[in-house]
Amino acid sequence: MTLSQAILNGERLALARLLTQVENDTPQGRAALIELFPHTGKAHLVGVTGSPGAGKSSLVNQLALQYRKSQEKRVAIIAVDPSSPFTGGAVLGDRVRMRDLFGDPNIFIRSMASRGSLGGLAQTTANLVQVFDAAGFDVVIVETVGAGQSEVDIVRLAHTTVVVEAPGLGDDIQALKAGIMEIADVLVVNKADRPGVENTEKALKSMLELSRPTTKRTLKHHGTEMTVFAPQEKAEDGVWTPPIQRTIAFDGTGVPELLEAIERHADYLRQSGGWQRRERARLDVELQTLIRAELLTRFREALSAQAYEKALEDVVERKMSPWQAAQTLLKEGAR
Amino acid sequence: MTDKKIRVLVAKPGLDGHDRGAKVIARALRDAGMEVIYTGLRQTPEMIAEAALQEDVDVVGLSVLSGAHMALAPRIVELLRANGQADVKIFLGGIIPDEDWARLKEIGVSGVYGPGANTEDIIRDIKAAVAG
Ligand SMILES: Nc1nc2c(ncn2[C@@H]2O[C@H](COP(=O)(O)OP(=O)(O)OP(=O)(O)O)[C@@H](O)[C@H]2O)c(=O)[nH]1
Ligand SMILES: [Mg+2]
Repeated sequence: MTLSQAILNGERLALARLLTQVENDTPQGRAALIELFPHTGKAHLVGVTGSPGAGKSSLVNQLALQYRKSQEKRVAIIAVDPSSPFTGGAVLGDRVRMRDLFGDPNIFIRSMASRGSLGGLAQTTANLVQVFDAAGFDVVIVETVGAGQSEVDIVRLAHTTVVVEAPGLGDDIQALKAGIMEIADVLVVNKADRPGVENTEKALKSMLELSRPTTKRTLKHHGTEMTVFAPQEKAEDGVWTPPIQRTIAFDGTGVPELLEAIERHADYLRQSGGWQRRERARLDVELQTLIRAELLTRFREALSAQAYEKALEDVVERKMSPWQAAQTLLKEGAR
Repeated sequence: MTDKKIRVLVAKPGLDGHDRGAKVIARALRDAGMEVIYTGLRQTPEMIAEAALQEDVDVVGLSVLSGAHMALAPRIVELLRANGQADVKIFLGGIIPDEDWARLKEIGVSGVYGPGANTEDIIRDIKAAVAG
């Protein structure tokens, strides 16, 4: 039996081993992804991002419990932490907050090091998601590296992006400016037991209004009421205003409501056609990335090392511009 | 293709309440280029085995200060075997009386280290064990 068959049969050790193959991008991993791909496309992909220490892992723990309790869904979790740029090693600590999930065979947690990627995920995170999707997990939650900036990668990968903030993180408001509001489908103010929740929530609200004007606003203009339609960033998806949910990840307060908000977003995507659009956009990016990588490999193989070195030398000596050199090399490579 | 990283689960089984030693080891292994999955305090053998399986680790490193190593280590070995992970190498650190070392090695523990152990030695031993 192949690894991919074992996975379709629900074998956990086979799943764990294939995840390693796929993470390391081995030929065996690639072959399995080809076999598994027809079985993907069913899972709801939920991204969880936000400032370091905001409580992402603790909240993922509670969310998974809630999924099990209220819907009996099978939940896979991928938790990404940064690799050290100096040694390539990593300490992956998100599991510490997920100990409540122990013993449930319908939950599977996998830690992942970013391995030099900068967008909050690892290069192969999307492929791990595919494996879980094919293995029949209804929900795949991806916790990104906590960076507090717009984690662009997660928006491309997830159907629903949850942004977690918390009071008392100091420069959280600064971090929030960095475009994170635009990527949120659902906003969470975690640590609602702490002083300062109101302020954090207020700050989120006002920034939300700035970055995403509501479609319809009524203004008083010279005494007459005017309806203004503000521009929409994701106009094709229709109108979705990210709800703001308070939570306490310690005891699960607000988590059922958070799950409802996530589900509402999934329903909204399905009804508006946004689900297919996001799938299509994601696969489009994936296809282009693969083509680019493959073309580059082939080009390099076709080109002699000397020709490349020569062109580089010409550029360094200002005999040719980089653009000219690239054109020359491309012509040579195509021959 | 990325080169294969050594994945290590660092766990602190038993009921005693501090994990300073485990964290020091976790960081040392990271600095040696390994990917360390850190699971925190008060792990039962069952929790450790489940995490080792999901994470498909090459190595399980245990920090045991409570003196319960002769109960915990054999149980963990047994659970890993039952899960089909007999190939996972087990390393044990803590306050372990000399007379227990031989017995631990006998049941399949790859390395045993006292409180004064040199992390360089541990790293070298782990690399050698994983290389087979
Ligand atoms: N008071 C309070 N503390 C919380 C709450 N949720 C999490 N914490 C604490 O906040 C700290 C960080 O929690 P994590 O869940 O590890 O946060 P994270 O965002 O996953 O952190 P990174 O992955 O390191 O970025 C821990 O000490 C938690 O115990 C909460 O609702 N209230
Ligand atoms: Mg975390």
